[in-house]
Amino acid sequence: MPDTPLDRIRNFSIIAHIDHGKSTLADRLIQHTGAVTAREMKDQLLDNMELERERGITIKAQTVRLHYQAKDGLTYTLNLMDTPGHVDFAYEVSRSLAACEGSLLVVDASQGVEAQTLANVYQAIDANHEIVPVLNKIDLPAAEPDRVKQQIEDVIGLDASDAVMISAKTGLNIEGVLEAIVTRLPPPKGEPDAPLKALLVDSWYDAYLGVVVLVRVKDGHLRKGQKIRMMSNGSVHSIEQVGIFTPKMAAVESLGPGEMGYVTAAIKTVADTNVGDTLTEDRNPAAEALPGFKPSIPVVWCGLYPVDADDFEKLRESVGKLRLNDSSFHYEAETSAALGLGYRCGFLGLLHLEIVQERLSREFDLDLIATAPSVVYKLKKTNGEWIDLHNPADMPDPSVIEEIQEPWIKATIMVPDDYLGPVLTLCNERRGRQVELTYVGNRAMAVYRLPLNEVVFDFYDRLKSISRGYASFDYAQDGYEAGDLVKISILVNAEPVDALAFMAHRSQADRRGRQICERLKELIPRQLFKIPIQAAIGGRVIARETISALSKDVTAKCYGGDITRKRKLLEKQKEGKKRMRQFGKVEIPQSAFIAALKMDA
Amino acid sequence: MEPLALYLHWPFCKVKCPYCDFNSHVRERIDEPRFAAALRRELAAEAARDGRRPLRSIFFGGGTPSLMAPGTAAALIADAKRLFDAPDDLEITLEANPTSVEAAKLREFRAAGVNRLSLGIQALDGEALRFLGRQHSAAEAVAALEAGRATFPRLSFDLIYARPNQSEAAWRAELRQALALAADHLSLYQLTIEPGTRFATEYARGAFALPGEEAAARLYWATVEEAGRFGLRPYEVSNYAKPGAESRHNLTYWRYGDYLGIGPGAHQRLTLGEGLWAARRHRAPEEWLARVEREGHGRVEEEALAPEDRARELLLMGLRLAEGVDPARLLARSGLSLAEAVDPAMLAACLDEDYLEWTEDGRLRATDEGRMRLDAMLPVLLR
Ligand SMILES: Nc1nc2c(ncn2[C@@H]2O[C@H](COP(=O)(O)OP(=O)(O)OP(=O)(O)O)[C@@H](O)[C@H]2O)c(=O)[nH]1
Ligand SMILES: C[S@@+](CC[C@H](N)C(=O)[O-])C[C@H]1O[C@@H](n2cnc3c(N)ncnc32)[C@H](O)[C@@H]1O
Ligand code: SF4
Ligand SMILES: [Mg+2]
Repeated sequence: MPDTPLDRIRNFSIIAHIDHGKSTLADRLIQHTGAVTAREMKDQLLDNMELERERGITIKAQTVRLHYQAKDGLTYTLNLMDTPGHVDFAYEVSRSLAACEGSLLVVDASQGVEAQTLANVYQAIDANHEIVPVLNKIDLPAAEPDRVKQQIEDVIGLDASDAVMISAKTGLNIEGVLEAIVTRLPPPKGEPDAPLKALLVDSWYDAYLGVVVLVRVKDGHLRKGQKIRMMSNGSVHSIEQVGIFTPKMAAVESLGPGEMGYVTAAIKTVADTNVGDTLTEDRNPAAEALPGFKPSIPVVWCGLYPVDADDFEKLRESVGKLRLNDSSFHYEAETSAALGLGYRCGFLGLLHLEIVQERLSREFDLDLIATAPSVVYKLKKTNGEWIDLHNPADMPDPSVIEEIQEPWIKATIMVPDDYLGPVLTLCNERRGRQVELTYVGNRAMAVYRLPLNEVVFDFYDRLKSISRGYASFDYAQDGYEAGDLVKISILVNAEPVDALAFMAHRSQADRRGRQICERLKELIPRQLFKIPIQAAIGGRVIARETISALSKDVTAKCYGGDITRKRKLLEKQKEGKKRMRQFGKVEIPQSAFIAALKMDA
Repeated sequence: MEPLALYLHWPFCKVKCPYCDFNSHVRERIDEPRFAAALRRELAAEAARDGRRPLRSIFFGGGTPSLMAPGTAAALIADAKRLFDAPDDLEITLEANPTSVEAAKLREFRAAGVNRLSLGIQALDGEALRFLGRQHSAAEAVAALEAGRATFPRLSFDLIYARPNQSEAAWRAELRQALALAADHLSLYQLTIEPGTRFATEYARGAFALPGEEAAARLYWATVEEAGRFGLRPYEVSNYAKPGAESRHNLTYWRYGDYLGIGPGAHQRLTLGEGLWAARRHRAPEEWLARVEREGHGRVEEEALAPEDRARELLLMGLRLAEGVDPARLLARSGLSLAEAVDPAMLAACLDEDYLEWTEDGRLRATDEGRMRLDAMLPVLLR
């Protein structure tokens, strides 16, 4: 099969704020070009993960190859990449952008430019993309295309006069989008005869095929049987299958310059696969690798432990496989006194944390418990040494600590005027410092510096609730600063629960300590003995609650016919105790800790 | 050989009470001679399984065994006395409902050999009786009690408390009235919502509410106090008696002795050879009947209990008793020492909290505070 000529290829990403309609537009493009039959079509076709469908959000970027006969009479090969909108999955977006030459910037014509619109469009500009603005949802009565066009020009500085006006839902003007892709986005460049250079964009584990990698060929060719080399680690693999997404996986003879597709190559070691790596031919290697990706840096860490200690091996295997499919997920082994063997895991945010946990439990059938999310603190010890603190439980004795620094972020919050007041109050409560406050029409854009620690702790939920869901939020890391921070330990029956320890600013310590004690009081069922619950800084108790013993719990009638049933019940209860954690003479169901930790998130 | 308690189950009632999860059934017609013959046949078959045993007690339970013809009871009692070694003072109890008893029938049961009557009074308040779906009025209850006392040397009756909206004061008043009518034994049960009953459905739907845990605890203390004033001691969680008037039959269950259960759905624990065997019988009356007629017995499951099972059963029953558990009996009956049967750290914690205590003669017993939390204590205490 000859290569597709470069000038007949267009590679593009669809980028937008969350829910502005990227996946719905992808559906229409797939449909319009006849890639799937009407019978196979369903809403947000590319959101094929169970979690994506349940939550109606895209988590993983997806690729599909389309064929489009344009008005110029020529047939073009379009490689579409649908990307997630949520800030926690920004790493998916950045990698997709590196595989394309252009972007469709989708903006909801009723909502206008939001925080993630900005964040994503700046990434696309950094990637040297040609950008076509697309105004979506113009079917909505609340759509204000003219105002939003103006906003795109004012806020982003992008010419919006030729923005394509569509309704992805009704299918209005999809042809216009396709023509814009062909006429306004540039074709890829590449050398068919140069040594192979292909960018490893993504990878995943398939039960039948083993490790599958998604690639974008820059120069040369990929074909079945070829021996390829991963340039970062020199490992060599023999290609078993080369293919494309139609969106179903379909094998092809070869992939040439400018093309996207997948490769399977009997890759046994998950660690051999690194996104951003360059694939080259072993016999005829390229002189230098592609620039690759900046590694993602986790901003939130938490411990993940198997509920059943016997599952640790399974967890070890599973985190490896998940990492293959999510390079923004980081992990290192860790031991907790309360929870046993597990992993300290790093994430790009709280939604990311939640999704990873869900994926581990669903895709690998694991029952997990997560500890309170924590940011990374930098500690200066009295001996001058600096250490990174990923886990509050590891905090050294305060007497050897000279200084604690915490990460700050720069947050951009866009919110309708009416809700600005409470949003500013929230930012101030969370030790925020205003950097900028500007207006675009009746929408305010507040830029704040905030300690990340304050954001990790229920900030996003609060923001959504005080703005009735209208505020949008994006952030970038913004250095470290010294702070008056303390470690708060939670004690159950006078024994510390390492999994519940957390760091807080001294000014918040009492409130947070009290809050968690109150929650635990609600969550821990009364039992045989009373249970004191305390929050403490070092040896000083700052909050205290007591769960009183239950006052009556005994079967009224128990005769000869009831013994068997009672014994079996007892055996079941004892079995249930495996899920309990012992604190002296009291046993706390792990579910109570999980619920307490969940409420934190 | 362990003396035997013999339980005989009559599985029929006039109507099904909404709180009841006993193996009781309502039938238009009952072929009583066939059921009586089957009970006798099953009894004989079980008695023939191992050597001749001493008999300690007989209990006719239900269902409503007072609906039986007194002659059926007489025949079963005669069989039992023939098949086992019975003492002269053999305790023979009959459960009876106030409606199904008329004085004449009671006298016939007495003549058949029944020497202890257990009446299902349940309440002395008309509205409560209607709520509980009972077929008798408060006046009938009182009349039945008086007839029972006049006819039987020993009498007990049952009441159910912690009913919807029942105040402590109202319960104390009702209980005092009951105590004035009582002989030397009472069973006082907290109302329990049993799965699968009509009450379970109604309660889940919110049709009525029950006193909370704290209120139930207060009612329990009130019960103990009122009964105590009349000299009745709680010798078991829900059973009150003057010293010496305890139900010997039921004590066998709580002391984890051998008992034989005859009739549909009856359970048993029998020492056979070296082992202790647990068995139960088919629950459905007609199926049980067919099996007995075909095979001589209606047993559906029989297993030898492992030492841990025996230890758990002995402790879960024994700690219900005010007298507690003798560690030597535990070892003899289960093969496990107390140290093997319970978690020593939890034992220490429960002793420390005054939920458990050692008696002077070396028995382990639950205190009043411990006994009323027994369901929470057992899973942490037992291994
Ligand atoms: N009325 C209307 N609704 C639309 C249109 N396009 C998308 N929607 C709806 O907007 C919601 C979000 O659509 P998606 O396509 O999932 O949005 P997305 O940008 O892919 O979202 P993420 O991947 O989570 O960032 C869905 O309920 C769509 O049905 C449109 O043109 N008009
Ligand atoms: C086998 S029943 C007695 C049978 C007899 N037919 C009668 O109703 O009196 C034993 C006693 O258990 C008590 N009982 C039955 N179900 C109960 C429940 N759900 N809650 C509390 N006590 C119950 C009643 O007091 C009942 O009299
Ligand atoms: S009469 Fe007794 S056994 Fe029969 S249904 Fe009522 S409570 Fe149950
Ligand atoms: Mg999407």
